Amino acid sequence: MRKRHVLPGFGLSLGYTLVYMGLIVLIPMSALCLRTFAGSWEHFWQTITDPRVLASFQVSFGLSFLAALLNGVFGVMAAWVLARYRFPGRRILDAMVDLPFALPTAVAGIALTAIYAPNDWIGALLEPYGIRIAFTRLGIFIALTFIGFPFVVRTVQPVILQLSAELEEAAACLGANRWQTFCRVIFPALLPSILTGVTLAYGRAVGEFGSVVFIAGNIPYETEITPLLIITKLEQYDYSGAAALGFLMLCVSLVILIISNGLQAWNNSRNGTV
Amino acid sequence: MPGATTLNLNNRQPLRATGDSATVRAVLIGSVVAFFILFLLLPLVVVFQEAFSKGLAAFLETFRDPYTRHSIILTLVIAVISVPLNTVFGIAAAWSVTRYRFKGRSLLITLIDLPLWVSPVIAGLLYVLVFGAKGWFGPWLREHEIRVIFAVPGMVLATIFVTFPFVARGLIPLMQAQGMKEEEAALTLGANGWQILMRITLPKIKWGLLYGIILCNARAMGEFGAVSVVSGHIRGKTNTMPLHIEILYNEYQFASAFAVASVLALLAIVTLILKTRAEWRAEQELRATRSAKTP
Repeated sequence: MRKRHVLPGFGLSLGYTLVYMGLIVLIPMSALCLRTFAGSWEHFWQTITDPRVLASFQVSFGLSFLAALLNGVFGVMAAWVLARYRFPGRRILDAMVDLPFALPTAVAGIALTAIYAPNDWIGALLEPYGIRIAFTRLGIFIALTFIGFPFVVRTVQPVILQLSAELEEAAACLGANRWQTFCRVIFPALLPSILTGVTLAYGRAVGEFGSVVFIAGNIPYETEITPLLIITKLEQYDYSGAAALGFLMLCVSLVILIISNGLQAWNNSRNGTV
Repeated sequence: MPGATTLNLNNRQPLRATGDSATVRAVLIGSVVAFFILFLLLPLVVVFQEAFSKGLAAFLETFRDPYTRHSIILTLVIAVISVPLNTVFGIAAAWSVTRYRFKGRSLLITLIDLPLWVSPVIAGLLYVLVFGAKGWFGPWLREHEIRVIFAVPGMVLATIFVTFPFVARGLIPLMQAQGMKEEEAALTLGANGWQILMRITLPKIKWGLLYGIILCNARAMGEFGAVSVVSGHIRGKTNTMPLHIEILYNEYQFASAFAVASVLALLAIVTLILKTRAEWRAEQELRATRSAKTP
């Protein structure tokens, strides 16, 4: 028997998938890799250790990490409230979780800037206390929190829904109070999904451009994110410099993707879903 | 009926012993609602408030501007090209990874996801390196006077790249869960592959498909970073709505910038409503197939 597949169309569907993916994703990506290694190793090293580039790494990677942590806390709280409690307006809140995903990043960017600019909305409230959000690192942090929010909620929420009530009942029967049950029974079961969500939020935040670039102010060494630096290099026709930074960020994305896949597998094995 | 009991367990109200106290509930609900209002609702309100800050006449005036009109048309054109292409790809990809077992299958699923995690700026950079003046095909394209970068073709390509996974991602879990009993039955009754796809599979997955298309379209119309890198920002030529927002904003025409933004915000709201609905229908149909399978 040569034919291992029951349904027809294996060659056609897989062939089309591979060709399309090759043209759109894989060939351009190999162009990036080849361009990076076409130049000398010293040039690559010089590009990525330039003080301005290092400062942008600190902004992009550091603030993304803090934003992902904050999303970890609020995301779990939101997932818990949406999964466990019944209250008026719950379904609206549930649909709103995905707003940062659906709202175009440029729209989010100018809206957040308008809210936190010194003479507007919340910015005007904080200005007398000397707190500035827009055009500082705090503003970038808020924009990155905004766009990463759905990821934690959407990975943790289904796990909370699947938690078997028996475990919590058993803990209660054995004399655990609610806090002990949460710390010792619920939280360990949720941990893989929380870490997955935080990793995904981090991955999204690291490469984010549109929603950050308006509120950041883009001051070199201060509030300049790495993606913006790539654009600056392209505008100066420094293709190999842009490729070096792009290659580095692509590697970071790949590592994040691999970690999140691993965490997902851990989550599935712990919670028994396939 | 083991299936039915689990369902009831998941849907019931928590018992007193395993539920949270009223204070905990109130504090949690209160802080989550506050977070939602501050972080999610406020930006939306601000967009509409600022859009109408100079009155309805000024709002409408923005859309009489030929550059604004052109940006709307270009946004629609790019979406009309890229969404169907990615839809066909999504169906083919989901069909191949859920209907057959082959080597490298899970690697393929991961690769389909990859563009979601690549920074949009890098998506643009990739195409500049391939088609740009100093890129792979740059000299050849210049000889034949074809413009890809700083022109519409490059913007379409960049949009296709960033919206590439959405349809496939919407379909793969659904088709995996649905299984292929119906398709196999159709095959034994003499249907060919095309008939199976059109008469069995597509009707089965229509809500999941719609879900993917909606998200794909929202991202295609709203993409900023990737398109920005390859567009060159030529007004009336290579400006989409998000790019036009940036230009207006940088020229301090805030009310106009927010007026264009409000159209995209409305699109986002419609997207969320349709998405929630499609998700709900897909879930219902899946539940129906499941309960039919475990009587």
